[in-house]
Amino acid sequence: MVTLSDLPDQSRAERTPPTPLELKLRRRNRINAFVRYSLLILVGFIMIYPLLWLVGAAFKTNSEIFSSAWFWPARPTLDGFREGWETSTPYNFGHFFLNSMYIVIPKVIGTAISCTLVAYGFARFEFPGKKILFSILIATLLLPDVVTRIPQYLLFRELGWLDTYLPLFVPSWVAGDAFFVFMVIQFLRAIPREMEEAARVDGANTAQTLIFIVVPILMPAIISVCLFQFMWTMNDFLGPLIYISSVEKYPVSIALKLSIDATEAFNWNAILSMTVLALIPSLVVFFLAQKSFIEGISTGGVKG
Amino acid sequence: MGGDSKYLGLWYVTPYILGFALFTAFPFVTSFYLSFTDYDLLSTPEWVGLENYEKLFTRDRTFSKSLSVTLTYVALTVPLKLAFALFIAVVLNYRLRGIGLFRTAYYVPSILGGSVAIAVLWRYIFAQEGLVNMIITGLGGEPVNWFGDPGNALFTITLLRCWQFGSAMVIFLAALQSVDKTLYEAASIDGAGPWQIFRNITLPLITPVIFFNLIMQTVQAFQEFNGPYIITQGGPLKSTYLLPLYIYDEAFKSFDMGYASAIAWVLFVIIMALTLVAFWSSKKWVYYAGDKRS
Repeated sequence: MVTLSDLPDQSRAERTPPTPLELKLRRRNRINAFVRYSLLILVGFIMIYPLLWLVGAAFKTNSEIFSSAWFWPARPTLDGFREGWETSTPYNFGHFFLNSMYIVIPKVIGTAISCTLVAYGFARFEFPGKKILFSILIATLLLPDVVTRIPQYLLFRELGWLDTYLPLFVPSWVAGDAFFVFMVIQFLRAIPREMEEAARVDGANTAQTLIFIVVPILMPAIISVCLFQFMWTMNDFLGPLIYISSVEKYPVSIALKLSIDATEAFNWNAILSMTVLALIPSLVVFFLAQKSFIEGISTGGVKG
Repeated sequence: MGGDSKYLGLWYVTPYILGFALFTAFPFVTSFYLSFTDYDLLSTPEWVGLENYEKLFTRDRTFSKSLSVTLTYVALTVPLKLAFALFIAVVLNYRLRGIGLFRTAYYVPSILGGSVAIAVLWRYIFAQEGLVNMIITGLGGEPVNWFGDPGNALFTITLLRCWQFGSAMVIFLAALQSVDKTLYEAASIDGAGPWQIFRNITLPLITPVIFFNLIMQTVQAFQEFNGPYIITQGGPLKSTYLLPLYIYDEAFKSFDMGYASAIAWVLFVIIMALTLVAFWSSKKWVYYAGDKRS
């Protein structure tokens, strides 16, 4: 067994040739790195191949999809896209993408504004009932949506909002996603208050301080809130499934599900090419803002 | 901040108070009430006492099937996904070149999360003529009936969610990277092997994150809807008919709002009970650094 005192100290180790122990450690490191790389590459391949196959298959003919497991199309064709884009409905996929935007844009903007306001309130002020409200906020992080879904539906039905986009984005205007509020609070807590205090001394009120001092510093957090919300909303399926009943108003997620049901069993490339299109917005957003995603997820912790 | 009214902060959190009252608290209470009623949207809710619950636990075969499918699914998916996420995080937690690339590659499937597109992809990959069977037959095996066989269908959905281990992994990785390196050095100098180091140093230090991931993934798994709805529609023979699907069908297809609320409450109570057990047991196995528990 080797103990601390047996090891040569740093300064001497630099001058003398490597000891047998160091050689052994280096060899072990090389083997270690090799094993790790092999494993990571294998797993990475399994992770990514389905997506590669999907993209390739979108450009294949149907007969090629069924005959080859290799992702690269032998004779690339746009037939799948042409056919899939037209859909079985009177509307093309562009129409459904536009519908998704009618939900996503108001929802993202509403989330960003309301979460910033609420997070500012929680992180920078003392007020009666703050403790209770904050506990409620944390509790709702864990509250399963399944238990509130039915009465929410009944509420929106009472308001005459069924088959409109309102139920899908109005809750986000009143900080409906506790998770995002929590995330912004976490960011705010890490920011020193000196600048804000200086602004207050110079006579700015809290609203001015929020807009001109806090928001600019908070921008990275707000942007990651927007990106997460964008992707979750684009991908949301159950919400529109419950609230949107006319085909004309379907967002992409529902239209895609409809296209599986409506397309003949073996016309895969039409569906797979629309699947690729449906994933593109999320992928673009992810690659544009990868860093803030991974940071956001490791600081706030996230569902997903 | 000095001269401000003590209610000023309250103004900023007003949106949340409103939102919570309207879209969380009120629905929460209402759904509990509805679970004791018979309500078909046409007439007013009619109080039936415990009848819905009684029916659920004594006469409803679909419910007992759905409940057992749900518990199986959660018991299968959560440990598999977390174990895999932790394993990969440990492999990644090493000074390797190109680590960012791997992290991204692993993360992409989970960022696409519950999207319909991914469920659609899964449906075609595991179809009878799909990619997976093509590879299996290419290697000389027999094609597997992934979604047609009640014994396989649920597992295929579990595989989909395990494939999306990325977000759990990123959280594990962040925790692993924050473990004090000198602890490893000290242990390794004292002759501890890699497994001993992992078991006695790494694992205890990351228990808070294991706990967090465990709760989040469990709550999420109990609410799985998109996967089975899009891939298998709950079939074959209800082998993937998770409770959220049953709730959806009862509420939005049969418009039996009272009964659906009762199922939702059973699911809610199960989730809460497990969460509470986790919190309670966490005192025994979760280690918080700097925590001077007496």
